[in-house]
Amino acid sequence: MMDSAPHFREPLLKTPFHARARALSQLDSFIPWAGYTTVDVFSSVEQEYFAIRNATTVYDLTPMVKYRIAGPGATGYLNRLVTRDVGKLKPNRVAYCVWCDDAGHVIDDGTIFRLSEREYRLCTAERQLDWLLDSAIGFDVEIAEVTADIAALALQGPTSCAALKDYGIAGIQALKPFEIGHYAVGANDIVVSRTGFTGDLGYELWMRPERAEDVWDGLMAAGRARGIRPIGSMALNVARIEAGFILPNADFVSAEHTIHTDRARSPLELGLDWLVDFKKGHFTGRRALLAEQRRGVRRRLVGLDVDGNKPAHNALLYDERSGKRAVGSVTSAIWSPTCKRNIALGMLDAPHFKLDTELWAEIYLNRELVWERRMARARVVERPFFAPERRRLTPPADH
Amino acid sequence: MAPAVAEGARYDCVVIGGGHNGLVCAAYLAKSGRSVLVLEAAEQVGGAAVTREFAPGYRVSSCAHLLHLMPQSLIAELDLGAHGFKLANNAMPTSALSPSGTPLALGVGDGGTLAGASRADALAYPEYVARLRRLARALHPIMTSVPPRLGTDAWSDRLALLGMAWRVRRLGRRDMRELLRIVGMNVYDLLEEHFDTPLLKGALGFDAVLGSNFGPRSPGTVLTLLYRLAAHDGSSVLAQPVGGLGALSEALAKAAIAAGATIRTASPVGRIAVQEDRVHGVVLKSGEVVAADVVISSCDPKTTFLGLLGSDQLDTGFVRRVTHLRTRGLAAKLHLALDARPNFAGLGAEALAGRLLIAPSLESIERAYNHAKYAEFSSDPIFEITVPSVNDPSLAPAGKHVLSAIIQYAPYTLAAGWDRQQERFTDIAIAALERYAPGLRASISRAQLLTPLDIEREFRITGGHWHHVDLAFDQFFMVRPLPGAAQYRTPVAGLYLCGAGCHPGGGVMGTAGRNAARQVLKGAA
Repeated sequence: MMDSAPHFREPLLKTPFHARARALSQLDSFIPWAGYTTVDVFSSVEQEYFAIRNATTVYDLTPMVKYRIAGPGATGYLNRLVTRDVGKLKPNRVAYCVWCDDAGHVIDDGTIFRLSEREYRLCTAERQLDWLLDSAIGFDVEIAEVTADIAALALQGPTSCAALKDYGIAGIQALKPFEIGHYAVGANDIVVSRTGFTGDLGYELWMRPERAEDVWDGLMAAGRARGIRPIGSMALNVARIEAGFILPNADFVSAEHTIHTDRARSPLELGLDWLVDFKKGHFTGRRALLAEQRRGVRRRLVGLDVDGNKPAHNALLYDERSGKRAVGSVTSAIWSPTCKRNIALGMLDAPHFKLDTELWAEIYLNRELVWERRMARARVVERPFFAPERRRLTPPADH
Repeated sequence: MAPAVAEGARYDCVVIGGGHNGLVCAAYLAKSGRSVLVLEAAEQVGGAAVTREFAPGYRVSSCAHLLHLMPQSLIAELDLGAHGFKLANNAMPTSALSPSGTPLALGVGDGGTLAGASRADALAYPEYVARLRRLARALHPIMTSVPPRLGTDAWSDRLALLGMAWRVRRLGRRDMRELLRIVGMNVYDLLEEHFDTPLLKGALGFDAVLGSNFGPRSPGTVLTLLYRLAAHDGSSVLAQPVGGLGALSEALAKAAIAAGATIRTASPVGRIAVQEDRVHGVVLKSGEVVAADVVISSCDPKTTFLGLLGSDQLDTGFVRRVTHLRTRGLAAKLHLALDARPNFAGLGAEALAGRLLIAPSLESIERAYNHAKYAEFSSDPIFEITVPSVNDPSLAPAGKHVLSAIIQYAPYTLAAGWDRQQERFTDIAIAALERYAPGLRASISRAQLLTPLDIEREFRITGGHWHHVDLAFDQFFMVRPLPGAAQYRTPVAGLYLCGAGCHPGGGVMGTAGRNAARQVLKGAA
């Protein structure tokens, strides 16, 4: 990044795929993401969404913040940083994780890639070198931000494996979920992980920025028969809600950014108990989380099934139709095109977060500039809303 | 669950560090029936309260050299008299040396006697002393108690906070208002309000900055002055134990042993062993394992948390706060072996047995401090001097003397590096002394200067800081040394702190050791 323009001259950076994305963008709809300009929607959210569920999609995830964490103390370091047991993560495997502050409140979520015995990559939503470096005090570990050094593409959808094979990645069908493989296509060295944010069959491709356009061109050409198309963040957001994945600043606010003392969220409140390993030894926030577990969580993020077909964006949730006492609110909501259900993620106060609890969602509809208020019945349901077998099947179907 | 250390020794409590606080803590715990082991890294107990031979036949209190903060109740409770503790002088006067002749004498009497200042100052002084003593008396319980916690529902915490408020309220409107007015002030402004004589202001301001990272114009220096006064209920009495401060430590060790504690010297601890978030003993550098349910560390917080425990047992935010603790010392210690009794101009025999200050004015202290801000030592430093052999001839060969001085400012981090500057600073210090005591240089048979680096190395104190952690508003009382460890407890169950880094801080006081023992006993109850 040394040779790029000063940040005040170019407040938003361009990813190595930018020229390609610009050429394919029909709506010229770009949004900022972590300091980069990225596509919101190329042509139509619906078409892009259905390509995720029925064909293959390409999504530029270069702006995702990436850190290289390496050294003899790397495993110990990460185990103290995140709530999960990183010691169980084998080389060439990926794990989803969250990390907390001392109070046990989530700072961010992300993925840990174990690249080798002593080298990891941590992918995060937000920049947090300061926290990562302070966490390194006393550990023999090197930490560097490598966001701009690695270009990344997500290839997601039921035909993604076939598209990669067509592109020339031999043996990709053997890659298991959360596994990392190293491949070469011509002069392009590509690291592929079977990961994604769609809850579908899919892969993420990691490469040097100077190879980015060549890989993009190769994929788009090879994937034509597989219905490949680029997608923006809006379509991805529909897919991730169907998959039940949470998003920072939508479903929770980082503990580093909250101002009100009760706005930070613990992993237990976010329904991520399965990510918290109290047996692995000490990690930041452990004592606070143990205390919270003893006392019982005050609220919890749950999946909701809402009556009707109007997404319950930002809706307050009530225990009675009269709407006297709000017991929570919706954090993410969509009409799910695949499930044909009106689904949402919402934060509910105890004890209303139990499965099958009946609630009422207060939905506001803008009908040609006239606001209408609807009380829609909502029910606490299991997440994910959509989890097709193909996301885990190895080898994936050859179509 | 079978502990992995079954083959080693086992105690109820292990105290890391046999400094005065560690020994006090051990003695109280042993008196309460706990089996206690004290592990001291050095060859002798005492920590920074030790007497050492620095030249053949010459012995001196190597770090701390005056006793004035230790509560009488502690000395009585541990029956230190029966264990050989004796004072060579229990009412040492203070003399402020003047560059131009007659020193100013600050007596030890009740009203605060003063000789050598202006008429107006002589009139104002008793009132000033009386008021500060009233304020100090109101604050005294704060100095001796375990700090309450904030934001808890515990009645003990609420009562403690109410008690503090009540003590201050009882001062009456005028004193309370004055306390609130001055507590955040700097000592320079306070003394300017009261006095004219530069020598007097220098002497009074000296105590506010001694051992601290402050000049008299630094905010919060009235607090450090009140702290010093409040520690002993307002009446500042300086004393010198027979045999130096090492003898006090010996007495404390005997008291601890008499109560049943075991003390092992030359036994440095390598790490604190933790199992499932609970302390389960210590591992010595030798590899030997000692099991214990409770470990109390008298080491400074950085050594305890980052060195002995390890950041992997702590949360990141806590570790971040530990690393931010200000722990850089800036006082050096000078020891001189003298062939003759030093001859300070205009100083009588009784005054020579007391404490001598070289701090001719507040400006001179502030100027000396300026250097420290830029990682230089003072070219014209300030001194607290004692000639302990006057009170205790056993410290030097017959007819000869020992001079002991604390010199400020000598910052831990020196831009030029201490390696090549130590000798120069020694010369500057001796030249300064020579101006006040002509002929002194010629009578020196040996000089030893301990920089903060030496103090760090020899006494195992991070940064070589007397107080372990700077005494300042943000590292004081309920947040000392830092939130999350301010009641002698730590985030790890069974691990306690008892050193100068805890409330009420440094100086040979013992209160931290006593309070820590109380917390351990409460925790075990």
